[in-house]
Amino acid sequence: MNEISRRKFIKFGAGGLALLSIPYIFKANPLLAMTGVDSQDAGLHDYLQHFEIDERLIRDLISAALEKGGDYCDLFFEHTLSSSVGLEDDIVNRASTGVALGVGIRVLEGDQTGYSFTEDMSREAMILAAKTASNIAHDVREVGPVEYKAYNRPSFYRIETPAENVGIDQKVELLKTVNSKVRGLDSRIIKSQVFMSSSATYMLVATSEGRIAYDYQPMLYIYSGCTAEINGRKEQNKFDLAGRYGMEFLDDNKIDRLASESVKSTIALFEAGKPPAGEMELILAAGSSGILLHEAIGHGMEADCNRKNESIFSDKIGKPVAEKFVTIVDNGTNPNLRGTINVDDEANDTQETYLVRNGILESYLHDRISSQYYGVKPTGSGRRQSFRFAPIPRMRNTYMLNGPHSKEEIVKSVKKGVIAETFTNGEVRIGPGDFTFYVKSGYLIEDGKITMPIKDFNIIGNGPDVLKKITMVADDLEMAEGGWNCGKGGQSVPVSMGQPTVKVSSITVGGVNS
Amino acid sequence: MNKNESLELAHWAVKVAQRNGADQVAVDISKSRDISVSFHERKPETLTESTRNGLSLRIFAANRYSSHSTCNFKKDALEKFIAEAVAMTRYLGEDKFRTLPDPKYYQGIKDVDLKINDPDYEKVTSQKRVELAGRLEELTLSLSDQIVSCSTEYGDNKTFQIKLNSNGFEGYHEETDFYYYTSTTFIDEKGGRPSDYDYSEAKYIKDLAPLEQLAQNAIERTRRRIGQVKMASGRYDMIVENRAASRILSPLVSAIQGRALQQKNSFLIDKLGQKIASDKLTLIDDPFIPGGMASSLYDDEGMATGRRVIIDKGVLQTYYIDTYYANKMGVVPTGGSRTNVIVEPGKKSLEELVAQCKKGILVTSFVGGNVNDTTGDFSTGIIGMYVENGKIIKPVNEMNITGNHTEIWNRLVELGNDVYTISAWRRPSLYFEGIEFSGL
Repeated sequence: MNEISRRKFIKFGAGGLALLSIPYIFKANPLLAMTGVDSQDAGLHDYLQHFEIDERLIRDLISAALEKGGDYCDLFFEHTLSSSVGLEDDIVNRASTGVALGVGIRVLEGDQTGYSFTEDMSREAMILAAKTASNIAHDVREVGPVEYKAYNRPSFYRIETPAENVGIDQKVELLKTVNSKVRGLDSRIIKSQVFMSSSATYMLVATSEGRIAYDYQPMLYIYSGCTAEINGRKEQNKFDLAGRYGMEFLDDNKIDRLASESVKSTIALFEAGKPPAGEMELILAAGSSGILLHEAIGHGMEADCNRKNESIFSDKIGKPVAEKFVTIVDNGTNPNLRGTINVDDEANDTQETYLVRNGILESYLHDRISSQYYGVKPTGSGRRQSFRFAPIPRMRNTYMLNGPHSKEEIVKSVKKGVIAETFTNGEVRIGPGDFTFYVKSGYLIEDGKITMPIKDFNIIGNGPDVLKKITMVADDLEMAEGGWNCGKGGQSVPVSMGQPTVKVSSITVGGVNS
Repeated sequence: MNKNESLELAHWAVKVAQRNGADQVAVDISKSRDISVSFHERKPETLTESTRNGLSLRIFAANRYSSHSTCNFKKDALEKFIAEAVAMTRYLGEDKFRTLPDPKYYQGIKDVDLKINDPDYEKVTSQKRVELAGRLEELTLSLSDQIVSCSTEYGDNKTFQIKLNSNGFEGYHEETDFYYYTSTTFIDEKGGRPSDYDYSEAKYIKDLAPLEQLAQNAIERTRRRIGQVKMASGRYDMIVENRAASRILSPLVSAIQGRALQQKNSFLIDKLGQKIASDKLTLIDDPFIPGGMASSLYDDEGMATGRRVIIDKGVLQTYYIDTYYANKMGVVPTGGSRTNVIVEPGKKSLEELVAQCKKGILVTSFVGGNVNDTTGDFSTGIIGMYVENGKIIKPVNEMNITGNHTEIWNRLVELGNDVYTISAWRRPSLYFEGIEFSGL
C-alpha cells in the first residue's frame, strides 16, 4: 500500500461523512475486491483474484476459443465503476452509479475476427462465449501450451485520491461551490449547471501468446455550463476539464477557472458576430484546435481503413505531406491525459507514434490485425470502448510539435481570416478526406489585427490539402483540457489532442455572404 | 433469464429499495441479443454474437433522486448495490419536483400489435446471416470494376424489456431489428477515394430492401461522387435528400424538450401556438406505426403514448415534457419521449423537385456541424450535387451551409413524396429557397 496516498486520502475524507458512493458498491460485488490494496499497486495476483479467475481457467478459455482453429485469441476482463453527480437550478438534484463487469473473447484467423462477450462470470458462460467466438475459424490445429508472463506496465497516471474513494457528500459540496462562484460572478446568468463524473476501470488481458497485462484506469470529468440573458437575448456556453486524474486535481485554482471560464465564454458570445463566407486564412489557437489533426489526418491514419484501401492516406507512407516544420504525433504516454493508456486493450505496449515527421508521412496507427498485415510492430493503438467490443486502431493523444514561428508573427501575417479558439465537435470522411469542425468562438482578423469576436461557424476542408496549406507553426504547444470523446464503428473512447498556434493559408469558413 | 424470472427480479428490486427507504422506485430490466456478420474481400471479416443484460433503477427518496445501472444480476451483489443506491440518494439536495408519473398517465395504453417483434426471428440461422452479408458483397462487387474497397454487414437484434414503477405500472415488450448495408470506395483522378453506402433496416426480416437494390444504390451513389468540386459561396436553393434530412430536422425537436425549455437553452421558448415554419411543414409524432422504428405503446416513464401533432402547417402545437420538467414548469406532462416523427410529405418526387430547381444544391449528406441550441444558429458541412435549370450538373463537396433555425424553416417551399421509412424520422426530401452556402 502506498502510505502517502493513504494519508492524503484520510485527510481528504475526514471532513465529511464520506465513503457513501462507490466504495461500497465496489465491495458489493461478489468479486473479491482488492481490499487493503491500493488498486494502483495491485499485482497480477490481485487482479486474478478480483475477477475470480486463475491461470487454469484462462488456459481452458483459450483452448475452448481455439478449438476450431484460429491463429490467436485474447480474453479481456473488465470491471468498470462509474458515477456522476449533477447540479441544476442551484440544487444537486441528480446522481448516478453504474457497474459494468464482463469478459470479451476474441479469436483471430488471419484478418478475420470472431467475437463474443458475457456478463455472466460463471465458468460455463465464459466457455460458451469462447466457443461462440471460435466460429470464425475452420482449420483445426493443435494449440501448444504457453508460458504466461505478466507484463510490467508503466504508470502514466498515478493519482493520489481516486474519485471512487470520495464520498458523495463531498462531491455535492464541490458542485455547490462551483455553482455559487458562477452565480457570484455575473448577475446576468439565469441558469447554471454543474456536472461531475468519474470512472475506474480494472482490466486484465490474457493472450494465447502468453502475455498477461492488467491496468487500473481512472477518469475524471467536470463541467460547468450557464445561460445568460442580456436585453432579452440569451446565450449558453460551458467549460470543462477532464483527464485521468484523482480528486486532488480539483484544487481551488481549477474550481475558480471552471466558474470563471464558463461565465466568461458565455458573456463573450453576446458581442460575437458571424464570419464572412468562403475561403480565407485560418489561425488555429493553441490547444483544442488539435481537433484539426484528429479529423484531417488522425482518422485517415488508423490502419484498419488503410488495410482496406478506404483512406485517402492509403498510398502515402514515406511521402511528403506537409512543410518540413510539421511533425504530428499520436501518443499514449502523456501523463494523465484522457487518451493516455499504460497498455493498450490488446496487451501491447503503448508508445509515441509519429504520424508525420518533418513533413513526411511516417506511420499508421496499428492494432494487432493491421500490424500483422503490414508486417510491422503494433503501435499500441488497439483500443475498445469496453469488453463488449473487439479492439480496433484508435487515436490516443494527437498533437503537433512546436514549430519555428511565433503567435505574434502568425497573427500579423494574416490579411483577412479568422482565429478559431474553442470547438465543439468534428467529423471526417476518410475516403475523400473531407473533414469539418465546428468553432464555438473565435475572432476575425483584418490586416494583421483582431477586429471582432465571432461565433458558431463550421469549417470544412480536405485532409491532405489542408496539411499542405499549414504555412506557419508557432512554439506554444498546448494540450486540450476538456472531455473529448472519439466515436468510430459504434465505439466511443476518450482521447485528447493539442496543437501550437498554426496558420492554414486557405480553408472554407461557413459564414454569411455579403 | 426469461420473462417471469425478470419480472420477479424487478419486483424484488423494488422491495429491496423500499425496505432501504426509497419512497418510489422504477426498475427496467432488459436482455438484448446482438448478432452480426461483416464481409470484406469475399470472406467474413467479423462474426460477433453476444447477449447483454441490464438492470436500471431510478430511486426517489425523501424528494431526492438518483439513477443506477448494473449488469451484475447476482442477488447478493444487487442487494448491496440497491442499498448503497438509496443511501447515497439521501445526500443529494431536496427537489420536490422529483416524482414518478401520476398513475393516471399509465391508463389507456393502446391494445394493438405494433408489428415490431418478428415471429420469424428464431428461424434466422447463422448460415443465413453469413449468406446475406456474403451475397451482398458478391452482388456489389459484380456490379462495378471501379471498386477499390467494399464492405458489407448484416446484423440482427432481439430485445425484451420489463418496466416496473412502484406506483402501479408494469410493462413488458419484445422487439426485433434487422439491418444490412454495403459500402463502396472508388478512386478518382486526384487520388481521392469517394465512398458511399446503402442501408436497409426493418423490424421484420422480410421487410428488408432487396440486396440488389442496395448494391446498385451504393455503387451509383459512389460513382456520382467522382470529380467533386467546391462551388462559389452564395445563396442557392437547397434540396435535402430524404436520407440526409433528419440532421436538419432534429434540432427542431431538441428545442421543444422540457429540459431545454426549462433550462433556457432553446430557441423555441414561449413559441407554443406560434408560427415557427412555413405552412408546408407539418410534424406528427406517431407511436403506433406498424413496424415503425420507434413505435411503442408506453414511453420511457411508463406513460401511455398517443399520436400528437407537433407542428401543424408551421404552427408549434406541443412540447415534449416529461414528469420532472412538467412539475418544474407547472404544466401538464406531455411525455418526454420522441417516437416516430412523421414529416407530412408533399406530392412531387425527388426528380420533380430537382427539375423545378433553377440553381441549387441537392444535399445528399451533411458532414459535422452543430447548432447553437439557445439562438438557433447553425453551420454544417455538406456533400451534394449541383443543380442548374432542373438538371444535375456535377458533384460538390467541401461546402458549408449557415443559417438560423428560427429563419430557415420559413424558406421551406416544397416537400417530396419520397418518405424515408427506415428511421424514426420519417421524412421526405425537403426543398428550401435561398440558403447561405460557403465554398470558394
